[in-house]
Amino acid sequence: MADELESPAGALIAPTSASSTDRFGVLSRSTLLRHTLAALVGFGVLWLLITSFSDYRNSSWIAPIAFTVCAAAGLTVLVGLSGQISLGHGAFMLVGAYTLALVQEHWTTSHGNLAMIGLLAAAAAGAALFGALVGVAAARLRGPYLAGATLALALGLPTLPSYEKLSGKLGGNAGLFVSSPNPPNGMDLYRWQSVICCASAVVVLWVLANVSRSRVGRSFRAVRDDEIAASLCGLSVPRVQVLAFVLSAAGAGVAGGLLAMIDLTAGPQAFPLSLSFGLLAAVVFGGLGSLAGAIYGSILITLLPLWSQDITDALSVHSHKVSSNMPLMVYGIVLTVAMLAVPNGIQGLLRSLRLTLAPGRRR
Amino acid sequence: MFRFLNLTLNGLTNGMIYAAVALALVMIWRATRIVNFAQGGMLMFTTFIAWDLAQVHHANYWVALVVAVVAGILIGGVAERVLVRPVENGPPLNAVIVTLGLLIFLQALAGMIWGNSQAHSYPPAFRFIGYKVGDRTLRFSPNDLFIVLSVLVVVIALYVLFQRTSLGLQMRATAFNPEVAGLLGVRVGRLLTLGWALAAGLGALVGVLVAGTSSGYVTPVGPFDALLIYGFTAAVIGGLDSPGGAVVGGVVLGLILSYADSYISNFIQTMYALVVLIAVLMIRPKGIFSRTSERRV
Repeated sequence: MADELESPAGALIAPTSASSTDRFGVLSRSTLLRHTLAALVGFGVLWLLITSFSDYRNSSWIAPIAFTVCAAAGLTVLVGLSGQISLGHGAFMLVGAYTLALVQEHWTTSHGNLAMIGLLAAAAAGAALFGALVGVAAARLRGPYLAGATLALALGLPTLPSYEKLSGKLGGNAGLFVSSPNPPNGMDLYRWQSVICCASAVVVLWVLANVSRSRVGRSFRAVRDDEIAASLCGLSVPRVQVLAFVLSAAGAGVAGGLLAMIDLTAGPQAFPLSLSFGLLAAVVFGGLGSLAGAIYGSILITLLPLWSQDITDALSVHSHKVSSNMPLMVYGIVLTVAMLAVPNGIQGLLRSLRLTLAPGRRR
Repeated sequence: MFRFLNLTLNGLTNGMIYAAVALALVMIWRATRIVNFAQGGMLMFTTFIAWDLAQVHHANYWVALVVAVVAGILIGGVAERVLVRPVENGPPLNAVIVTLGLLIFLQALAGMIWGNSQAHSYPPAFRFIGYKVGDRTLRFSPNDLFIVLSVLVVVIALYVLFQRTSLGLQMRATAFNPEVAGLLGVRVGRLLTLGWALAAGLGALVGVLVAGTSSGYVTPVGPFDALLIYGFTAAVIGGLDSPGGAVVGGVVLGLILSYADSYISNFIQTMYALVVLIAVLMIRPKGIFSRTSERRV
């Protein structure tokens, strides 16, 4: 799955590679088949990891990384492929979480696993609907205006549940209760949560990888690179931009739903501004527009808070003030340094390394 | 009626604060075509410096204020030289992310030095018990008067600087067309740095003023993030390009927020700003006071 998304620059130049056609036959001709195979292999590897890891690793590593990947993958498609920006992707996660909680409260009777899939789909749909709404506004805005508006969204939306007229329905500052999924026989809850999160992440990545390699993905890139040229080619620029927001928001909605399912609540405190900033740091660090980069970035922003205590201890600064702010500081440095020094992120570095080592082979 | 008068006065005071933040954003936008998302972080940091001096080291209010403004000028200048200069002519996205990175860095640094858990109170310059009319107390205190007057003085000083001095003329020329200005002997790079430094100094003044109001306090994240959004909204109402528009936008936003706060609900202040922002951007995607301009091809 990792390498399936072309770099922004390379996408138009080398859509398929000729040299690997002979070796992999039908696989290199059918992108869908290749992505599906990669998804199955990826999930198989994750299954092995989940079953061999302890509860701690599952609950604080695997599951959070997996749901962060859902949101970061959506964001990287929006920012890297369609060229729009969202400083407030946490807002879409919030909508996903509340959709899941509300649907569960009012419409479901069973707590079976089919219901769980339906709930996550509802979370994606709710966030996608909200994404369409934001996207319609966003399609009229450019650069800093869009950035400011999405920042205001991420800051404003978490206050809404406290609003007197809505707090009854949205549970105020404490949020809404979400009941936990039922693990099948012989599996404990943390493992089962990890399985659900990983399966969701694989599905989100599979969908986004296929979309970004399809006509839709090409129209995203065309609009990103030159709006006027794209509209001359017959693309409706606003429609493409709204679609990018819808897709991206759906990914974030799944992430929000998973977060609510793990926390057993959907509440405003789970979606602070620093969450949105962290997601942006993740996609910039990984390399904008690269789904593989979204995975590296999600690993970074999930593990960093867990390790920051160790990092500050290693620097022999034994201060809670320092260790609790360490992740935020790293996000800030990553965003700034990445933009100034390595604008293509980790994935860009890997790609140029691969090109240097094997100059003949481009894929 | 009395309540309405009070809300108007309160809105005016807050509006002047938003106007000043908006003005700082507009100055930077005009100079470098960048929205400084770090503005809130920069003024938070300088306010913390002032708080440290005033409350921990018991310095005089005015000494702390001056130190904060000087620190702001330094931070602004250094930020432009080191961080912003390399992305100034790149895609707008890169500049947005760099200023955001600076914001996050400053928030984290402030948290490391002063801690996140406590909301520190800041001493006001003057009494914040309102003036009395007959037997009723207005929601307008000597401290509020001080805020309104200081912002007014700064606005007038900036107007004089930009319209009546050679330096101001050079700064406007740089904003209008850096290449031609450079050819005519203007030190473009220096003036861009100066623009950022002045804007950050103005921001530092606002930070101390806000912290000293009856509802103000100093923390690394929170009130100053919202202040950035209010300032941005005010600047967008004014069109991002027009200093006069920024001041009008600030006052308008201040009044709207004050009324909505009292008549609707005071839990969702940032939502009001969002609604105003979206409404303005939908009607005029580049702000109400902006001159129409085509997107560059």
